[in-house]
Amino acid sequence: MLVGNVLLCVAALIGVSCFAVWACRRPWANSAIYGASAVFCAVALAGAIAALVGGAASTLTLPLGLPWIGMHFRIDALAAVFLCVVNLGGAAAGVFALGYGRHEHAPQRVLPFFPAFLAAMNLVVVADDAFAFLLSWEFMSLTSWALVVSHDRSAETLRAGLIYIVMASFGTLSLLLAFGILAGPDGHYAFSWMRARGPNPNETMIAMFLVLFGAGSKAGIFPLHAWLPLAHPAAPSQVSALMSGVMTKVAVYAFVRIVFDLLGPIDWRLGMVVIGVGAVTALLGVLYALMQHDLKRLLAYHTVENIGIIFVGLGLALAFRANGLTAAAALAVTAALFHVFNHSLFKSLLFFGAGAVQAATGERDMDRLGGLMHTMPRTAVTFLIGAAAISALPPLNGFASEWLTFQAAFLSPSFPQWGLRLLTPASAAILALSAALAAACFVKAFGVTFLGRARSEAVNLARETDKASQFAMFALAGACGVAGVFPGFFTNLLGPVAQFLTAARIPAQAIAAPWSPLLPVAASHNSYSGFVIAGCLIVATAVVAFAIRLVANGASRRGAAWDCGYPDASAMTQYTAGSFAQPIRRVFATIAFRAREMVFMPAPGDTAPAEFKATLHDPAWDLLYTPVGKAVGFLADSLNRFQFLTIRRYLNLVFLTLVFLLTVLALWP
Amino acid sequence: MSTFAFDVSHFLAGSLVLLSFFLLYQDRLPPLINIFAAQSLVLAVSIAWQAQTQNAPHLLVTAGIALCFKSIVIPFVLYRLIRDLRIHRTVETVVGIGPTMIAGMALVGLSMALMMRATSGIADLAREDLAFSLSVILLGLLMMVTRRNAVSQVIGFMSIENGLVLAATGAKGMPFVVEMSVAFSVLIALIVIGIFLFRIRERFDTVDVAILDRFRGERP
Repeated sequence: MLVGNVLLCVAALIGVSCFAVWACRRPWANSAIYGASAVFCAVALAGAIAALVGGAASTLTLPLGLPWIGMHFRIDALAAVFLCVVNLGGAAAGVFALGYGRHEHAPQRVLPFFPAFLAAMNLVVVADDAFAFLLSWEFMSLTSWALVVSHDRSAETLRAGLIYIVMASFGTLSLLLAFGILAGPDGHYAFSWMRARGPNPNETMIAMFLVLFGAGSKAGIFPLHAWLPLAHPAAPSQVSALMSGVMTKVAVYAFVRIVFDLLGPIDWRLGMVVIGVGAVTALLGVLYALMQHDLKRLLAYHTVENIGIIFVGLGLALAFRANGLTAAAALAVTAALFHVFNHSLFKSLLFFGAGAVQAATGERDMDRLGGLMHTMPRTAVTFLIGAAAISALPPLNGFASEWLTFQAAFLSPSFPQWGLRLLTPASAAILALSAALAAACFVKAFGVTFLGRARSEAVNLARETDKASQFAMFALAGACGVAGVFPGFFTNLLGPVAQFLTAARIPAQAIAAPWSPLLPVAASHNSYSGFVIAGCLIVATAVVAFAIRLVANGASRRGAAWDCGYPDASAMTQYTAGSFAQPIRRVFATIAFRAREMVFMPAPGDTAPAEFKATLHDPAWDLLYTPVGKAVGFLADSLNRFQFLTIRRYLNLVFLTLVFLLTVLALWP
Repeated sequence: MSTFAFDVSHFLAGSLVLLSFFLLYQDRLPPLINIFAAQSLVLAVSIAWQAQTQNAPHLLVTAGIALCFKSIVIPFVLYRLIRDLRIHRTVETVVGIGPTMIAGMALVGLSMALMMRATSGIADLAREDLAFSLSVILLGLLMMVTRRNAVSQVIGFMSIENGLVLAATGAKGMPFVVEMSVAFSVLIALIVIGIFLFRIRERFDTVDVAILDRFRGERP
C-alpha cells in the first residue's frame, strides 16, 4: 500500500505540526521540528520513488470528510512524480532550515505551519476526489498564507498577505466551479467517475478556462501572478523556496491532473491558448525580474517565467494530442514535467542562497550588497550553479529540459493547422528570448550581489552560512548537475507519466553508458549529451588552467581596481541592479512597462545634486487589478445602504423578492 | 382516495385560506387572536382528517400538538400579553384594506398558477394542499409586511407556520421529528417574542415597530 505509506507520512507531519504548537518556544524546537519534517519528507520521497518505479496505481478510501462518501486517495505515475518534487523540496527546505531557522525572531509563528504546509501539499497530490482535493488545496493556501504573514510587523507584508489570500480564494472558487462542471448533474465527486463520464465540448472548454484561472493563479501565470512577487519574498526563506519551488508545481499538477486526465479530448484551439499564455508569461516574467533590485523578488519573478516555460510545454502537448500526434505530445509533456522537477531544484537552491545572504547581512536589496564572494564563498558557488542552471546553461539541468521543450516546438511543422504552425515557432522564439534575458538577469543578480566591492558595512561583517544550510545548498547544486549530465535517466522515469497522459512515450534512453546522448525523437534527429559537454567543459577548463599556471607567474597579488580615471573610487560607483538593466529597460520595458527616464539638472551655478528618475508601470495592475478593485469598491459602497434599513423594509424586501421569484417561476415557459 | 375524502380535505384547506383573509383585514387585536385560534383549530382538524385518510396515526399527535399549542396555549398567552400591555382596545391603522385584499387575492392566484404547474404528476390532493398552503404562507407574509403592531406581526408569523404544517402533512411521509421540532421552535419563538415585547414596551412605551426604528443605534 504505497498510498498508505504516504498518508502515514502526512499524518506524521500533521502530528509534528501539532507538537510544534506546544514545543515552539523551547530552545531545541527548531532542530526537532525541521529535522522531523525533513525525515518524514524523505520517507514520503522514498515511497514516491517506489511508486514511480513500481508503476502500479495504488488507491485507498478513508472514512473521513463527507459521511458515507469518505475521502479517496490514489497514487499513479503522475502523482508519484509530483510527490517526488514536493518531498524532495520539502526535505531540502527542512535541512536548510535546521540552521537557517535559528535566525527566526518569532519561531512560534513559523514552526507549527511549516510541517502542516508540507502535509497539505502532499495531500493535494494524492487526493482522488474533488472534495479531498479542494479541502487539501485550501489547507495548503491557508498554511502558506500563515507563513507569508509570519513577519507581520510591516505593512508591506500585510498587503502581500491580503493580496495572496484574495487571489487564493479566487483560485479555489474557479477550481470549485470547474469540479462542479466535471461532476455533472449527478454530482459525483470521485475522479474515477469524472474520468469515466467525459464532459461535452462546451463543458470541456469552460472547465479548462476555469482550471487555467484556478491553477494558474496559484502557479503565477500572467496576469494572475500579482500576488506571487509580493508573497514569496515576504515569507521566511525556507518557505519562499517551498512556495516558489514546490507550491507552484502543485498548481501545475492540478492543471495537468484536471486538463489532461479528467477532461478527456481537448480542442487544439485551447492548446493554442495555453501556449500563448505560457509564452507571454515567460517573457513578461523575465522582464519583470530584470527590473527588480530586491533579490528575493527577482527570484519570485523568475518563477513566473519558468511557469510560462512549463505551460508552453503543456500547451504544446495539448495541441499535439488533439491532432493525434501522440509521440510529439509525449515529448512536450516529458519536457514540461522535467522542467517542473528541475525548476523545483534550482529555484529552491537560489532561494536558499538568497536566504543565506539575507541572514548574513540583513539585506535583500542588491544595491546594498556586493562582494559577498569573499565573505561567503560557498554560498556564492552554489548560487552561481543555481543561476547557471536557471539560465539554461549546459551541462546543467535547466538546459536539458528547455532543450527538450524546443525539440517539441521543432516538431510544429507536423501540425495540420496553420495557426499552430505559426504560433509554435513564434512562442519558441519568445522562449529563446526569455532564456537569454534570464541569463542577463542572473549575470546581474550574481554580479551585483556577490562580485565587486561591498556597498554597505553589513556585507563586510557577513559570515559564511551554517553547515546545515550549506549541506542543503550543495546537495541541490549536485542534484542540478546530476539531472543535467544524465537527463536520460530522468526522462525514462517520466515515461509512464507520458504514457498515462498522452498514450505514448519518448524513446527509452540508453543509460548504461554515461556518455550515451539524449535522443528525444529518434536517432536521426537532434541529440544532446550532457555528459560529453560536461566532460569537454572540464577538460577545456583544466587545459586553460594548466596553461595559465604554466605560462603565468604563480604568485597572486592584489592591486587597486582600475578606476577609469575617476579619483573617487567609492563602492557606490559600481554597477547597480538598475544601471545594469538600463539597456534592457530601454529596449523592452519602454513598451511593456511604459518605462520612462527623467533627468533633472540643476541650473548652472546651483549646487543641488542632479537627479535621475526611472518610472515603471505594471500592466497587470494598471489594466486589471486597479479597475477591478475600483469596481468592487463602488459596488460595496452602493450596497452598503442595505446595512441600515428598518425591520419593516427588510421584511418588505424579503416578501417582494419571494413574490417576484414565484412570479418568474409561474411565467417560466 | 374517495371523492368524499378529497372534498373534505379540500374544504378544510380552503377554510384555512379564508381565515388567512380574515386575519388580513381584522384591525383589532382580540378578534385577530380569535381568528388565529380558529385557523389553528381548522388546521388541527385538517391534520386529523389526513391521519384518517392516509392511515398515518402519528399525524394524530401532530394534530394534538396543533390543537393544544396553537389553538389554546398560544392564543391564551397572547391574550394575557395584550391585556398586560394594555393594548387590547387599540384599533390598529391598517394600510388600505381594499388594496391589501386585492394583493392577497393576487397572491392566491399566483400560488395556484405556480403550484398547479410545478406539481403536475403527483396526487391531486397533494397538489391542492400545496397550493393552499403556499397561499397561507404568502398571506401571512403579506400580513407581516402590512402591519405595524408587533403582536399582529407575531400572529402573521404564526400563521405562516400553519401554512408550513399544512404543506407538510399533505405530503405523505413527513418525519415526525420535523413536525415536533417545528412546533417547539414556534413555542420558543413565542416566549422570546413575548419577553422582547415587554422589554420593548418598558423601554419605549410602545410596540409600534415604526417607532422602534427611530431607536436603532446604527442610524445617525
